[in-house]
Parts: sequence; structure tokens; C-alpha cells
Amino acid sequence: MSRIGIAFEKARAEGRALLVGCMPAGFPTVEGSIAAMTAMVEAGVDVIEVEIPYSDPVMDGPVIQKASDIALAGGVRTADTLRIIEAVAATGAPVVTMTYWNPIERYGVDAFARDLDAAGGTGLITPDLIPEEADEWLAASDAYGLDRTFLVAPSSTDARLAMTVEHCRGFVYATAIMGVTGARAQTSDAAPVLVSRVREVTEIPVGVGLGVGTGAQAGTVGGYADGVIVGSALIRCLLDTPDLDAGLAALRTLSAELAEGVRNPVR
Amino acid sequence: MSADALATTGSHPDAAGHFGRLGGRFVPEALVAALDELTEAHRTAMADESFRAEFAALLRDYAGTPSLLYPAERLSAKLGARVLLKREDLNHTGAHKVRNVLGQALLTRRMGKTRVIAETGAGQHGVATATAAALFDLECVVYMGEVDTERQALNVARMRMLGATVVPVTTGSRTLKDAMNEAMRDWVANVDGTHYLIGTAAGPHPFPSLVRDFVRGIGDEARQQCLDQTGALPDAVAACVGGGSNALGIFHAFVGDPDVRLYGFEAGGDGLATGRHAASITGGSLGVLHGARTYVLQDADGQTVESHSISAGLDYPGVGPEHAWLHDTGRASYLPVTDDEAMAAFELLCRTEGIIPAIESSHALAGAAAIAPKLAAELGREPTILVNLSGRGDKDVHTAGEYFGILGKEQ
Repeated sequence: MSRIGIAFEKARAEGRALLVGCMPAGFPTVEGSIAAMTAMVEAGVDVIEVEIPYSDPVMDGPVIQKASDIALAGGVRTADTLRIIEAVAATGAPVVTMTYWNPIERYGVDAFARDLDAAGGTGLITPDLIPEEADEWLAASDAYGLDRTFLVAPSSTDARLAMTVEHCRGFVYATAIMGVTGARAQTSDAAPVLVSRVREVTEIPVGVGLGVGTGAQAGTVGGYADGVIVGSALIRCLLDTPDLDAGLAALRTLSAELAEGVRNPVR
Repeated sequence: MSADALATTGSHPDAAGHFGRLGGRFVPEALVAALDELTEAHRTAMADESFRAEFAALLRDYAGTPSLLYPAERLSAKLGARVLLKREDLNHTGAHKVRNVLGQALLTRRMGKTRVIAETGAGQHGVATATAAALFDLECVVYMGEVDTERQALNVARMRMLGATVVPVTTGSRTLKDAMNEAMRDWVANVDGTHYLIGTAAGPHPFPSLVRDFVRGIGDEARQQCLDQTGALPDAVAACVGGGSNALGIFHAFVGDPDVRLYGFEAGGDGLATGRHAASITGGSLGVLHGARTYVLQDADGQTVESHSISAGLDYPGVGPEHAWLHDTGRASYLPVTDDEAMAAFELLCRTEGIIPAIESSHALAGAAAIAPKLAAELGREPTILVNLSGRGDKDVHTAGEYFGILGKEQ
């Protein structure tokens, strides 16, 4: 059984999508990121996605890039990320980790899986790892019972889409638009099409990310997806405010708005 | 170059782009369809006689190839080796890079795409891409680190004259690797009508093989020229290695000649021991960067470390996966050359042959100078060393002038 599957089932029973909130580890500091993620959980975010900051994040737009740069400049290490995951998992919310592949290879794939499991993480979202390159991760995630979230995109062929979801456990990440992370004025037309294509081949929950930033958008996406993934808009709460307390207040407000959004799905 | 010589040879990489444990595709899923499309376009183009003929005609009539093979006698006397220079510096736009951009521009047109994007460090690949885009009437956007746009204002102007849009990249270290990240982001968002015209034999499959196929004419020509002029193959081939396209281009024809030693010279910067260098193979470790598994400069957590070299074209923290593989298999030897060694070779070529080389290519010259006595001892005779003079030094006049302290009114 997938670790995050229970949370998806619970939300499904409530007739709503799960709200997944993303924050880079160590942004703005290690302690600050723990405070931010805890605040998100308290304000209604169901699942925390901890992103391991990486020097070359090609799937990320300017907001996450900037937050990652701040975290790395502050000296955050992979070991700190594991500590953050452990602290946030203690709130009771499932914690999934999003990471580019090189930091994991460097740490050691099996060693990371072992330590992620020990820290209470549910699994990995891997934006630059496709199943064809993932043999080591497939083995390690099986060994430690961790979830695997690969990405599907509007450009994925039917054959690739089927192959990719077959390798997923927990949920599959549908990238709503052809592009990088970042809140956008309008949600995507391509996303519902992509989600229904995924549903044709699997019952695994589908999370939709890229471009969601408001409660209304969360309601729209929550109308057709199992999970609504929000990153940049939440991170901006901390980037745009003068100090951490003001940032946490803004973060709570937006988290509550998004939580309200997924509870009012537009179908 | 004969049309047949363009066909891909060898069993590497495998169908998924792996050179042994190296290469592959470490990319967002959104790009896989485009990489598959490109793989197929590359395969069918290489099998298409008319494509190869058109490419060969462009190389001949527009780029000015085959480039000369020049026996550098005065330099040879200084080095104690018979040095043959493959004069890629005489190509249109001043370097081997024109071969790659013309090939990829032809491929862009073949795929029905109307826009190309590129990354550039010093601006040489950006200028070459802008050149091909002008020739093929393609929209062209070049991503360049903000730091580099300031250092290389002339090349920025060149690209703009040729009709390209130059976008300064302000993220990360604001240099080549960040320009590459930004180009990837553009590509993810605009992949339908856009081709990413990558500047070196790196990146996800099929780029390393595709670029290699477009630049391999360097070695194919040089091998024949060498046989024609000397009646034998060279004892060694020397090239500089940043991403590695010029080196692969000249190595490829000789990989099957076991008696020909292949030497790749990496940018040793201030010296490997200082940590300030761009030597990914000799001073880095195995990792994943920009879509491929290869040797990279990284810290203990897998974060990319900034590279350092006096040569902007070698100043990159990764290397093409085929070089990593040639290193792993032992077929080619990779050695570092410091800034000072490269600049000494730069000056030596200026003074002995009246040729101002690119600082990149000066690393190959310095390397040739270093291996000459060892080869002579090993062979018991004067060795013949083929050096890829991959580019000319016009772009480096300011850097070299500062290095030698000869700018200004008085010497």
C-alpha cells in the first residue's frame, strides 16, 4: 500500500481533492522552512512537498529558483532536508519529497531511500528522472516501501503515459501546462484532458501542478484532479514580505484560501 | 567530405543514448516527445542522400570546408614533434562550431520548426547560431549569462546584427550553465515550434550523437589529409575539451585506429589543486547535469560547482558523455592544462607561425607541447601530432592583451 494513498482515500471520501503545498527545504532558513511548513499544515494544507534545493532546477520558474538560491546560499545540505522532513512529518501530515536527480545520486540512491524512510517521508517526486533511467530508484523504493511519483505531460504519448503511470506508486504528477513552475493568471485547458487520459489507464490518484495560485483555481483544478499542487504562490508569501512573521501570516492566509478552494470543487 | 562519411558508425550509444553507464536522458517528461522527434529526424536525415548532399554543399560553399591541414614547421621545431594544425579557425564565423549549427539548422527546417534557441558562454555559439538562423530565416533567441553579456559586449552586438534576440540570464551564477538552464526552460514551454540548437556534444540523447555527427567531418577530413600529406596516420591527436564538440569531431575518425593516441586537454584554470578549474573529467566526479550522466564539477551534495578558466569556451562544469565514456574505456586520455600553460602556447603560436589561436585551442597546443617529449621517448623518433586548431583568437584579443599586459599606449 502506498503511504500517501491513505490521505488520498480520505480526501476522496470527503468528495474533495487533496491540497499539496510545496516549499524548498532550508528556505528562508532551515528553522524557517520548518516553521513555514508547519504553518501550512495548521492552515489546512493536507500534504507537504519538500523540495530539495538544487543549483540547476530546469523545471522551475523564477520564484522557486530564487527560493532555492536563498536556501543554498544559506548552506542547506541534503542531511538538513532529511531533518526538515522528519520535523514536518511529526505534525502528522504526509511529507513527500521533490528532487532533481543529481543530489540523490550523489547521496547514494539506496542510502537516501533508507534515510528518507527513517525520517518518515512518503516518497519522491522526480522532475528530471523518467522511468527508463530509474532502475536504481525502482529497486530502492521497493526495498523501503516508498512512493514513486513520475511526471506526465500534455506532450506524453499514450504509450509513454501508460508506461509512466505503471511505474508510479502513491500518485502521478500531471504537469498542467507545457512550461515551468509558477503561478499563472489562468489555469490550463490542457490539464483536464491530460487527467482524463491518465484515468483511462489507471486508478492511481492524479495530482495536478504548475500554475495554481488562488483558492478559485484550486477549486477548478480540484474539480477534476485528486490532488492540487501549489508551490510558487505559497513561496512568494515568504519572498514578498519583510520578515518571517509577516511571511508566515501571509502563508497561513493563502493556505486557508487554497484549503477552502479544494473544498469547493467546480465540477 | 563524402556523403557516406556522415553516416553514424559504431554501436554506441545504445538506442536510449547510453554510452555504457553514461549519457541517457535526465529530463522533464515534457521534453521526451521532442527528443524522440529529434532522434527520429536525425536518423532519417542521416539516411537521406539529399540531406547529406545539402549539408555537404553548405559546408563547402558557405563554411569554407574542408579546412586546411597545415604543417607548422617553426612550431614543430620548437616542440620536437611534427605538428599538423587542422585549421578550423579559418571556417566562416571562425571556429568548428559552424558545422554543428548548419547541420542543426537544416534539421530544424526538416522538422518544420521556425524558431531556434541557444545557450552561449562567450558568445561564439550564439554568433554561430544567429548566423545559421539568418541564413535559414529562423527566429533566433540566445540565452547568455548576464555576467557574460557584460564581458562579451562585442559578441552581443554581433548576434543582434544578425537579427537574434539576446536574453541576459540573471539566475544562479549568471554564466553558461545558467544560460543552458534557461534555454531548457524556454524549450519546455515552446517545444512545438522550437528547436533547441545546443552548442556542444552534451545534453540529453540524441544531442551528443547528433552534434558529433555534424562535426565529425573535422576528423574525417584530417585523417585523409594526413594520409595524403605524410603517407601515414598521426601518432597522436590533440584537442581541447570543454563540452567537447571539437574534440569529438576530430577524434571520431581515429577511434578505430588503435595506434593513434587520442588526447583531450581540459581547462585546468589556476591548477586542479586550487579547485579553480573547469576540468570535469580529471577534476570532477560522476553525476547528472543538463540531461546526461557524465563527469561534472559538484560538491558533496551534488550541487554544481562553478567552473573557472581563462577560456570562456571551456568554462563549463560538465562534459559530453561520449568523452566520459572514452575516458572510462581508456580509448582517449584526458589531461588538464592550466591558464598559464595555455597562454604560453597561445603566444608561441602567434610568434612562430603568425596565427592567433583561440584560447580554447591554445589548451590543445599546450597539451601537444607537453606530450611531445614523452611520445618521442616512447616511439624513439619524432612523433607526428595532429592538433585541432578549433578556433581563431580574434574574440580573445582583449583577454590575451590583458593577460600579457600589452593593452594601452605603452608596452
